Amino acid sequence: MKRSKLAFYGFIAPCFIAFTFTVIIPFIMGIYYSFTDWNGIKSNISFIGLENYKAIFTDALFKDSFLFTAVFTIASVIIINLVGFGLAILVTRKFRLQNVLRTVFFMPNLIGGLILGFIWQFIFVKAFASIGEATGATWLYGWLTNRETGFWGLVILMTWQMAGYLMIIYIAALQNIPKSLIEASQIDGASGLARLRHIILPLIRPGFTVCLFLTLSNSFKLYDQNLSLTAGGPQNKTQMLALNIYNTAFKFNNMGEAQAKAIILFVVVACFSLIQVYLSKKGEVEM
Amino acid sequence: MRLKKVIITFIGIIIGLLFLSPFYIILTNSFKTKKQLFMSTLSLPKEFNFDNYIQAWEDLEFLHVFRNSLTITVIGIVVIVVFASMAAWMIQRTNNKMANIILYAFIAAMLIPFQAVMLPLVRFMGNLNLLNIPGIIFMYLGFGSSLSIFLYHGFIKSIPRSLDEAATIDGCNSIQTYIHVIFPILKPISITVAMLNMVWIWNDYLLPSLTINTEKTHTIPLRIFYFFGEYTKQWHLALAGLTLGIIPVIILYFFAQKHIVESVTAGSIKS
Repeated sequence: MKRSKLAFYGFIAPCFIAFTFTVIIPFIMGIYYSFTDWNGIKSNISFIGLENYKAIFTDALFKDSFLFTAVFTIASVIIINLVGFGLAILVTRKFRLQNVLRTVFFMPNLIGGLILGFIWQFIFVKAFASIGEATGATWLYGWLTNRETGFWGLVILMTWQMAGYLMIIYIAALQNIPKSLIEASQIDGASGLARLRHIILPLIRPGFTVCLFLTLSNSFKLYDQNLSLTAGGPQNKTQMLALNIYNTAFKFNNMGEAQAKAIILFVVVACFSLIQVYLSKKGEVEM
Repeated sequence: MRLKKVIITFIGIIIGLLFLSPFYIILTNSFKTKKQLFMSTLSLPKEFNFDNYIQAWEDLEFLHVFRNSLTITVIGIVVIVVFASMAAWMIQRTNNKMANIILYAFIAAMLIPFQAVMLPLVRFMGNLNLLNIPGIIFMYLGFGSSLSIFLYHGFIKSIPRSLDEAATIDGCNSIQTYIHVIFPILKPISITVAMLNMVWIWNDYLLPSLTINTEKTHTIPLRIFYFFGEYTKQWHLALAGLTLGIIPVIILYFFAQKHIVESVTAGSIKS
C-alpha cells in the first residue's frame, strides 16, 4: 500500500522533532563541547582539543568516583538480581499470601529515587542508631559517616527499590517455562537443585538478560538516590559518576570538562550494555 | 506438604515485614513531636497529632506543586501516547530505508545516558525559550519517544495490514484510519506505555531541577528537595513532607496495580 510522503512525515514529525531537539542535537553539541573550554558563563567558546580528557585522567576525585561506581555496580547487580530472583521463586509458590507479597515487594519501585534517598537517610541515621542502642549492635552506629557504610547504604536502598521490579520480570520468565518440562523432570527423579540448574536457569535466560541490563545501566547512571542519601559525602567519599559530572558542571563551572566526563560515561555504559546483551543473548535457549 | 507450606508462609511474612518496615518507621515518626522523635525513633507516637502535616502541607505549598506535577505528567503522557503511536504505526507500515533508519535512531538513543546530553540541552532549550512547563513536556516527549515507539512498533507488527487496507478501501485517509481503526486496537499497549511513562515522569527530579527551576513551577520531587534542605535537623517536619510526597503514588498503586505490574512485564519482555 502506498501512502503519501506527506502522511509519512506528518505522522512521524512530532516525535521526531522533539527527539531531535532533546537527544540528537544536544548529543552532537555535547561531543563538540567536550573539546572546548566552555564554562557556562563566557559567550565565546574556544576549541581546546583533548585538554579536558587529559585533565580527567589526572583528576583523583574522578578516578575515585569511577572506582566507587564500578564496585557499587558489581555489588548491586549481583545482590539485586539474587534477591529479585529469590522473591520471584517465593511468590510463584502456591500459598495464600502470594498476591499480597507481590504487591508489597513491588511498591518501593513507584517512589521516586530522590524521596527514597531521604527516607533511607532517616532510617540509616536515626532508626539504625536506635536499633543499635536497643540491641547493643555497635555496627549500626554512625551509618553514612564513612565510605563503607555509605556504600552499603546505597546497595540496601537500591535493593529495596529494584528487587520487586526484577521479581516481576523473573515471575514472567518463570511462568513461561512449560509445566510439562517440570513434570517430566520430576518423573525422572531430578532433585530440586538439578531442576533449577538444568531446566529453570537455562529457560529464564531472556528474563535474566533484561534484568542484568536494567540493573547494570541503572547502577552506573545512579544520581537521585546518591544525591539524597549521602550527597556524595563525607568528603566526596561516596560520590558516584553522575554526581561528579553534575558537580563539575555546576559547582566548579567546568562545563567542558563535565561534558567530557559525560561522554566517557556514555561510552562506558554503551559498551558494557552492548557486550552484556550480546553475551547473554548468545547463551539463550530457543523454545 | 502442610509443613512446607507453613514454612514458606512464615518466610514470606518475615520478608514482607522487612520490606514494609521503612514505611512503618517513616509513618510513625511523622506524627511525633520534635522532642519525642529525638527521644526514641522506634516507639509508637504517643498521640496522632497532625501538626507536622499541617505545617509541611503549607510549607510545601502541596496543592500547588501537586498540580504542577499532575499537569506535566498527564499532558506528558497524552502527547507521548498519541504521537508515539502515530509515529510507530507509520514507521512499521512503511517499508523503506528512511523508516528503518528512523526506527534504529530511536532505539539506539536508549543507550545515551541523560548526563551525556543534559548540559547542552539546558543551553539549547534556554536559547529557544523553552525552560518552562510547555518546554519540559516537549522534552519528555523527546526522551520518552524511544521506548514508547519501540513498544508500539512491536505491538503493531502483530496487527494485520489487511485492516489498514480495508479502511482505505472504505474511503478512510491516513488520519481517519489511525483514529477509527488503529488507535482503538492499541489500547493494551497504550496503557503499558502510559504507565511506564507516568512512573518515570512523576518521579523525575534531575530534568525539572535543570529546566524549570522557578518556585512557581516546582514539581513534587523538586520542592521536596528544597524543603528537605531547610529542615535537615527537623526530622518530624521532613518526614511529614516525605509522607505527603509518596501518598499520591501509593493511592494510585492501589487503583491501577494490575496495569502497573502488567506494564512492567510487557515493557521488559519487549526490550
